[in-house]
Amino acid sequence: MNEYNFAYLDEQTKRMIRRAILKGLAIPGYQVPFASREMPMPYGWGTGGVQVSAATLTPKDTLKVIDQGADDTTNAISIRKFFQKTANVEVTEVTKDATVIQTRHRIPETDLSDEQILVYQVPIPEPLRFLEPSEPETRKMHALEEYGLMHVKLYEDISKHGAIATSYAYPVKVEGRYVMDPSPIPKFDNPKMEMSAIQLFGAGREQRIYALPPYTKVVSLDFEDYPFEASKAEHSCELCGSHDSYLDEVIVDDTGGRIFVCSDTDYCSSQQQIIKEAV
Amino acid sequence: MNAHAFEGGFANPPQDGAFAFRAIMNAIAKPGTIFSIQGGVPPTGLSTAAGSVILTLCDPETPIALMQSADNEEVRNWITFHTGAPIVSAADAHFAVGAWTEMMPLKQFRQGTPEFPDRSATLIIECEKLEQSGAFLRGPGIKETNRFSLPNLEAFQRNSELFPLGVDFLFCAGSQVAGLPRTTKVSEV
Repeated sequence: MNEYNFAYLDEQTKRMIRRAILKGLAIPGYQVPFASREMPMPYGWGTGGVQVSAATLTPKDTLKVIDQGADDTTNAISIRKFFQKTANVEVTEVTKDATVIQTRHRIPETDLSDEQILVYQVPIPEPLRFLEPSEPETRKMHALEEYGLMHVKLYEDISKHGAIATSYAYPVKVEGRYVMDPSPIPKFDNPKMEMSAIQLFGAGREQRIYALPPYTKVVSLDFEDYPFEASKAEHSCELCGSHDSYLDEVIVDDTGGRIFVCSDTDYCSSQQQIIKEAV
Repeated sequence: MNAHAFEGGFANPPQDGAFAFRAIMNAIAKPGTIFSIQGGVPPTGLSTAAGSVILTLCDPETPIALMQSADNEEVRNWITFHTGAPIVSAADAHFAVGAWTEMMPLKQFRQGTPEFPDRSATLIIECEKLEQSGAFLRGPGIKETNRFSLPNLEAFQRNSELFPLGVDFLFCAGSQVAGLPRTTKVSEV
């Protein structure tokens, strides 16, 4: 016996996580407590997402892992290698070829299908946490659907900055009931959350799992006179020229030179390929 | 304890459990759509699907209630040997197995609490067959509408009115499974 159990976790742990995922799907947006395990990586590196992926993967899956949209960053590469080693699954960088996509802080630009599963890494699952530090209190607020404090926070944004300044982890209301943290995705990605794929959220340190079945209604909180805006940098990608993908600002020299490039590396390279073939 | 109790578990638990869980997750995430599930070979009284659900999700932490049609010595021994789940009465059960009529009234099961709505029962309902026809389903997991052969409408309507409390359903027949979480709105048209 010198091999890992399939997908690293023991079967008892997977059953516990699987039960939490099912209750999460049955109560969209509600945070299900689960007995998060120590993983062979530090908290903050996606231990929640990794546990959800481990409980979800089958030997036939093809896994893609992205970190801020990129397949080739340390976090994405090490999680991909982790599952290659422990679950022996196929891996890919191409969004449409993947059946399970684990993501840190982005939703891929390419629309996902109803055959795909998107697993989010979540640092702080409780959207009310920075407004109310007590867990028993926030739990009661969710039970009573008492979300006034969140609207006050957004209102204070407007009174201070003239607009809702929250630009990532922008709170959403799920099926008109639970206010949910979409994880720190840019608010540009919020409208994409009403999608065909199953979305699972795992917070390892905070020991919470939540979920959205396909086509679940997800509304970004706003005001009639200050409607929600899915904003991005007013540029186009320096590499592929795309106008409608989410952009990262990259500093390229020590004299203040900067460019904007797609944060989704797979989308950017496929756009570049299309341009190359057209020439 | 007869010999059969030791047989009929997953041949390869990590892989069979992973495939079975994918079917169950799809069933709950896409209410009313039928998925294939297998791997478990339970004794008389349980379908392949119900047996596979139990092997995938149940262990010593999840008390199970066996309703009359699923309650016999063989099933008890099989569940105890393969999962270690305690057999309990409906009020304490995390999972319950049996025919639809035996599940009535639904309020005999754990419904969750306002602060912990997840602490609610999942009912595994044995059916003659599952069909993609009959009642109209709407809600999370369904693009517009889906259709499914529900044994009743009123009980499911009352259950969904309790949201976020309530119970969730897995319908089993042969090696097929379909799900109905508490969020699904059911109607005749």
